[in-house]
Amino acid sequence: MNTAENTSEALLSLKNISLSFGGVKALTDISFDIKKGEIRAIIGPNGAGKSSMLNVINGFYHPQEGEVWFNGNLRGSLKPHEIARQGIARTFQNIALFKGMSTLDNLMTGRITKMHANIFWQAIWKGKAEREELEHREKVEHIIDFLEIQAIRKTPVGRLPYGLQKRVELGRALAAESKLLLLDEPMAGMNVEEKEDMCRFVLDVHEEFGTTIALIEHDMGVVMDIADRVVVLDYGRKIGDGFPDEIRADQNVIDAYLGVSHD
Amino acid sequence: MFYRESGDFKSNYAADQQTFPIKFDRIGVAIFLVFAFFIVPFIINDYWEKSIIVPVLVWSLAALGLNILTGYCGLVSLGTGGFMAVGAYASYKLTTSFPELNMFLVILFSGGITALVGILFGLPSLRIKGFYLAVATLAAQFFLIWLFNKVPWFYNSSASGMITVPERTIFGIAVTGSNSPPWATYLFCLIFVVVFAVIARNLTRGRLGRSWMAIRDMDIAAEIIGVAPLSAKLSAFAISSFYIGLSGALFFSVYLGAAEPTEAFGIDKSFLVLFMIIIGGLGSIFGSFIGAAFMFLLPVLFKNIMVGGFGWPTDMVQHLIFMLVGALIMFFLIVEPHGLAQLWRVTKEKLRLWPFPH
Amino acid sequence: MSPVILNTIEVILNGLMTGVMYSLVALGFVLIFKASGIFNYAQGVMALFAALTLVGFQTGQVPFSHLINVIFGTNYHNWSNGINTFLAIVLTMLVMIALAWLVERVVLRHLVNQEQIILFMATIGLAFFMEGLGDLMWGANIKVLDVGLPSGGSFWLEDVTREWASEGSEYYGMYIDVLDVWAAGIAVVLVIALTIFSQYTKTGRALRAVADDHQAALTVGISLRTIWVVVWSIAGFVALVAGIMWGSKSGIQFSLSLIALKALPVLILGGFTSIPGAIIGGLVIGVGEKLFEFGIGPLIGGATENWFAYVLALLFLMFRPQGLFGDKIIERV
Repeated sequence: MNTAENTSEALLSLKNISLSFGGVKALTDISFDIKKGEIRAIIGPNGAGKSSMLNVINGFYHPQEGEVWFNGNLRGSLKPHEIARQGIARTFQNIALFKGMSTLDNLMTGRITKMHANIFWQAIWKGKAEREELEHREKVEHIIDFLEIQAIRKTPVGRLPYGLQKRVELGRALAAESKLLLLDEPMAGMNVEEKEDMCRFVLDVHEEFGTTIALIEHDMGVVMDIADRVVVLDYGRKIGDGFPDEIRADQNVIDAYLGVSHD
Repeated sequence: MFYRESGDFKSNYAADQQTFPIKFDRIGVAIFLVFAFFIVPFIINDYWEKSIIVPVLVWSLAALGLNILTGYCGLVSLGTGGFMAVGAYASYKLTTSFPELNMFLVILFSGGITALVGILFGLPSLRIKGFYLAVATLAAQFFLIWLFNKVPWFYNSSASGMITVPERTIFGIAVTGSNSPPWATYLFCLIFVVVFAVIARNLTRGRLGRSWMAIRDMDIAAEIIGVAPLSAKLSAFAISSFYIGLSGALFFSVYLGAAEPTEAFGIDKSFLVLFMIIIGGLGSIFGSFIGAAFMFLLPVLFKNIMVGGFGWPTDMVQHLIFMLVGALIMFFLIVEPHGLAQLWRVTKEKLRLWPFPH
Repeated sequence: MSPVILNTIEVILNGLMTGVMYSLVALGFVLIFKASGIFNYAQGVMALFAALTLVGFQTGQVPFSHLINVIFGTNYHNWSNGINTFLAIVLTMLVMIALAWLVERVVLRHLVNQEQIILFMATIGLAFFMEGLGDLMWGANIKVLDVGLPSGGSFWLEDVTREWASEGSEYYGMYIDVLDVWAAGIAVVLVIALTIFSQYTKTGRALRAVADDHQAALTVGISLRTIWVVVWSIAGFVALVAGIMWGSKSGIQFSLSLIALKALPVLILGGFTSIPGAIIGGLVIGVGEKLFEFGIGPLIGGATENWFAYVLALLFLMFRPQGLFGDKIIERV
């Protein structure tokens, strides 16, 4: 396999990632890549290491071994907010919105990496600070229209119902206009209609903004429908990687889901 | 019927983002400011200046400062008294070392020096949070007070260990010392309070304010979406300490005139300011003002009624006030954690929709 | 031995004794924190309140006498010449239990599921309330508490240590307050009793279950509210013991609650959930501040005890935020 060629077409590639917490191995020797413009699903039973995988990708956990290549560069030891600046945004399995702030402010915070007015201009609310605020407000309003959350623009998100909170969180991640969008179970706990809405949003985002998406999801129907390629984890190891049809037929994957004992 | 939002439509984002989106509010604030700047100076007397208005203004600045740190950034500090002392001693050293320095600059520089000290003691906030940090700020409180007590350089080796402000003038009118007219000290404080309240409002509604609130609401998520915790927390500490330093400098040089660190800036002051923002409203500029006024004036009122009116002994009234304050803190945290400011907002919202509540 | 070494030993011993007092207050914090996740700032004031109440009963004061006298123009002060110390302790304990019940009923119940920092600030409010209440009930004058514990220096120790000193040196022997030794002994007994209670009684097991996991404890039928009342009562008992010790040593006054603030850095060193941590943390701080004052204090102006504990805790936090005995914190999203 030619590494150079591989990284040039992939937006993100992970090579031989291993992560452990004081002796407990969370991820073992995992390699896969995410190509520009695709929807990549990560699936696996509970405790397989999916969320840990996302945490490695956005730099919240630092793997003991392995390399992360993003946008053609080998990533050094960066802090999560520096990685966000490079163009990775995400949502969380358990909603992690800023509960005391309004929907609008949550989305504006999503754009924080793109705002640069210094403290002096911010203090007097003139010049660059005011211009910037209006510019970004316009971008954010576009996302608000897109997600159909105009009515709750000024509501503190702590007061919103679960489904809407999930949508606002997606909005906050979208607001970052990232190169790579990580979605951690965006449809967990939703009913069928809400799931359909959410699927539509994910696909629309993908088409309208051309964003590359990595997605963790338990609902196989959804995964098989919207993902371009799927990677399967179990007990911190990669047990399958390929197009949805291949995964569906893969004996290892079926065993993992049906619970065949490991020898 | 007069207080309405309906029909007051915004056609651009700038109008939608202004501080007082409702026309009636804007008119009210304008009238209030005209009154404060052009009428009050002519009618203010010594009693109102010394016992009510100037202290409330000064405490409002301190409450604004702590509210930026605690209410907006979620970092609880019990070191407010110590930081006020830094502002006070900085202004003392500046006025005595540079007699020609303009008093406005003295106060501003005092705030700047306090900001630097604040950053120093804010460094632990990068690793610790919650009440761990609250305890760490106690170190600032006790260490700073000890320092000002023990190092003669800070009090110019005066025999009593106290610091006393020299008389300084602006445009020939004394603003510090015993010869300063009430209207001058009042206006001097008012200018600082109004200017810095506007700045606080601007900072908290923009990028910086959002990064503070993001850290407050969920620090891990904030970092992952791109808020740098280091700069967010340290800027909160710096700006908060700047305000508290301003307040300490004014408290000493304009209000007290002479001070001794343990008495004037003890731990009880740290609690007082914390209570102001809890009762006024965490994360509210307006709340900082009503909290400061409420917490300062409540004991004054009680003393006037009970000691002056009923002739009860002072120490007993003091104990009653302690109980009342403690009970109020618990009451507000249980019933309305957003304080008086939220009560005001809810009332306004109801009024705005009246008589059609749905 | 040279007097310098002997002096140092004396400083260390005195530090240990002071440390025991800090540990006693810290113990109350740990008990409440483990059972309810509440960082009870009022623990120190509870000790003050308990001591005030004890003296009040002992000397037969009429509660709220000042208030009553002012309102009704009467002149009540004492209803008797006082009662037996043991009985007074029992009565005080009953007051502390009633207080625990009230706190649960009026405050805690309404703050379930709030953030820890909100609860912390609520206990600061509680501290102010109780401080006012204690003074209003019993008067704010400094009181002497005497429950019959021996106090004063130990002549025996002075004699023995004087002989240790090298020939010809002017050394007058070590001074250790007997009361401090008693306090240390009582603290040890208290810790053993608490350990037995939590290991071998049904309530104790329930306490540990709640400390481990509130939700799980609820599902097996443990009443959280009862547990909270029990824990606050126990903390009230610990406060009473601490109040008796501090009060016997230096009189009952407002500064007692400030001394109790020192329990906070103790907790940071020891970790919030560890009883041995509270004890060792208390001893470390006690010895540390006495040694620092003895060795370095004179060079920088003295009175370093005011801040040493806090600055030590601050430095400690920079390097080991979870405390000496706490578990490493793994953050997750």
